[in-house]
Amino acid sequence: MRANRLGAALAVALSVTCVSGALVSCGSGEPAGSPEAAPETAAPQGPVKLTYWAWAPNMDKIVKVWNAANPDIQVTVSKQAGGDDAAAKYLTAAKAGNPPDLVQAEYQHLPSFIAADAVADLKAETAPIKGEFSDGLWNLVTLGTDAVYGVPQDSGPMMLFYRKDLFDKYGIEVPETWQDYAEAARTVRKKDPKAYLGTFSSKDPGAFTGLAQQAGAQWWSISGESWKVNVADEPTRKVADYWGGLVKEGAIDDMPYFTPEWNKALNDGKLLTWPSAVWAPGVLSSNAPKAKGKWAVAPLPQWNAGENFSGFWGGSSTAVSARTPHKAAATKFATWLNTDQEAIDLLVKEAAIYPATTKAQSALGEAPAYFSNQPDFWQQAATVSAGARGFTFGPNVGVTYNAFKDGFDKALQDGTPFSAAVRAMQDVTVADMRKSGFQIAP
Amino acid sequence: MRRPGRGAWPYLFLTPAIVLFTLFLAVPIAYTVYLAMHRTRVSGLGLGKGARREVFVGFDNFAAALADAELWQGWLRVLGYGALVLVVMLGLALLFALLLDSARVRLARFSRIAIFLPYAVPGVAATLLWGFLYLPSLSPLKAVLDVDYLGATTVTYSMANVAVWGGTGFNMLVLYTALRAIPRDLYEAARLDGASEVQIALRVKIPMLTPAIVLTTVFSIIATIQVFTEPTALRPLTNTISSTWSPLMKVYRDAFVTGDLYSAAATSIVIAAISLFLSFGFLRVVRDRAFREG
Repeated sequence: MRANRLGAALAVALSVTCVSGALVSCGSGEPAGSPEAAPETAAPQGPVKLTYWAWAPNMDKIVKVWNAANPDIQVTVSKQAGGDDAAAKYLTAAKAGNPPDLVQAEYQHLPSFIAADAVADLKAETAPIKGEFSDGLWNLVTLGTDAVYGVPQDSGPMMLFYRKDLFDKYGIEVPETWQDYAEAARTVRKKDPKAYLGTFSSKDPGAFTGLAQQAGAQWWSISGESWKVNVADEPTRKVADYWGGLVKEGAIDDMPYFTPEWNKALNDGKLLTWPSAVWAPGVLSSNAPKAKGKWAVAPLPQWNAGENFSGFWGGSSTAVSARTPHKAAATKFATWLNTDQEAIDLLVKEAAIYPATTKAQSALGEAPAYFSNQPDFWQQAATVSAGARGFTFGPNVGVTYNAFKDGFDKALQDGTPFSAAVRAMQDVTVADMRKSGFQIAP
Repeated sequence: MRRPGRGAWPYLFLTPAIVLFTLFLAVPIAYTVYLAMHRTRVSGLGLGKGARREVFVGFDNFAAALADAELWQGWLRVLGYGALVLVVMLGLALLFALLLDSARVRLARFSRIAIFLPYAVPGVAATLLWGFLYLPSLSPLKAVLDVDYLGATTVTYSMANVAVWGGTGFNMLVLYTALRAIPRDLYEAARLDGASEVQIALRVKIPMLTPAIVLTTVFSIIATIQVFTEPTALRPLTNTISSTWSPLMKVYRDAFVTGDLYSAAATSIVIAAISLFLSFGFLRVVRDRAFREG
């Protein structure tokens, strides 16, 4: 799920006081529960109280159902700003010694949490539910190791969202390959000089990561006791140069996603497609309410005709803090939340997420209201999901994503090749890992 | 039981201040210095328990902070931005204060509040407000002056504009209050000598105001060195502001985006040293002139 950018900016600004004071003044206070606290087997004093940091909408309503049925494990939701800010906040809280018991952890941030020793290994507790998830998703919470660091909650396979009405008006076919997409982009510019087929956002490394995954990128992998880092691999450079070329020739726009300007373009029909993830209907309905019923969904264009690949943008798991004195209770809640049929129904209905469990993905009923014109929305999603491929995220995704933003900002401004920005991402990532002492395979 | 002796009383009264100072200033600063001299070192994959430990690295982080070209470029950007803000904001504040103080002004109370009001708008809200005015497809300003307000060079002016808009009122109020404290008979004497209003302003009021002007300048220098809110709030809207646009943004990025508290601590100490140097340097230069009679 993506929170509104401006909301995030506000959250950032609220923490200004922390920076300009001294770094530590934000994270003081005693740990909520120190690791040496009494083990749970001791006679329980009233119900176990858990705090849960999450940003998926209406999570408090879902937790209310749990609390009613489990008087001995009471969960309190603390609503977060979402995305990268929430991850930074959790890491800071963990470092300061007072993290929440449970946290909604995006897959790409989980390795940073693990590397900071901030999340617990749930291997024993989650053994019975392993089979409920696809291997690809399970791999995202194990990083391919023996440990299990979270319970998958939702996933964000990418699809192509497009304005069906305007496609019809301009006589454009839904692009099957990226070559078709480029052609369509040129056609749009000819038909309406004020409109674009799409835009490349230098503010959304997650979207670019998904597109690179679709092309077959493997930015990180673990081999033995060392990391392999290959952010500037051939598929990634191919994706980067493809978009760089389109921006340079003016076939697509370069405005960032999630800005007021982007909302306006979506509302006014000046932006015809959005390669996004399965959670896009939620964003579109709040950011482009005027265009309801005019959008449709198709699989992402492919690099080679006839293929059926996709990548992931977003998706998160429920992780348990390494410091919680109530690990068993916390895991029990995380398991319920992500595998119990009642909880999943609520997650879909209230939080508008695309659940991670295999059985739930195939059992989704009615299309989102914004896409009422497309009754097979969830069938499409399930098909796309089957062909979506991800990769293991590294322990310093924050660094890589920040390098993406700065590198692509600069490339857009100076008109330099996108593949140079990708190489800068690789260099910055490796330099940061070396500085910390990570073992890197040559 | 003996009551505390005479010598203990001052300390008793000082205790709250000392405790608060220690807890909220001395300890955090000491911890920042501690962090600045450490770094984490991971072994192998860096996953799981005990893979990460904190090691002492001496002045390595400071050396890295000082050698970081990006930080110095940030200083250059902030220097340009600061010069712009300082001159325009303080110039306007002085002008408004003098105008409001002159005998013939109408609607003085209303104008004073109107000029002061933007200061009451929180920085983030002000920046977002202006941000919407700057965005090409939404901007009504585009009809007035057709430029890209968030372009590579214009963005500095756009940000300076937000700071000037928000800061002029406060500085005007400080100067205006100081002006009201000047004895009126000085003006009368000047008028008897045949001075015009403009001459009174230039020859009497401004010299008498110098301490207040120095004060507002020092405050403004410190504020511009610490510029963070405007570029951070505008950054999601444009490609032209990097995550290290200002030195403080780099500290924020290191600490909370890339998770390197140690570099952030070292850089913030460097920033503190430079702001101290600049503010005290300025004070030194002007002290003799401004506070001669004091």
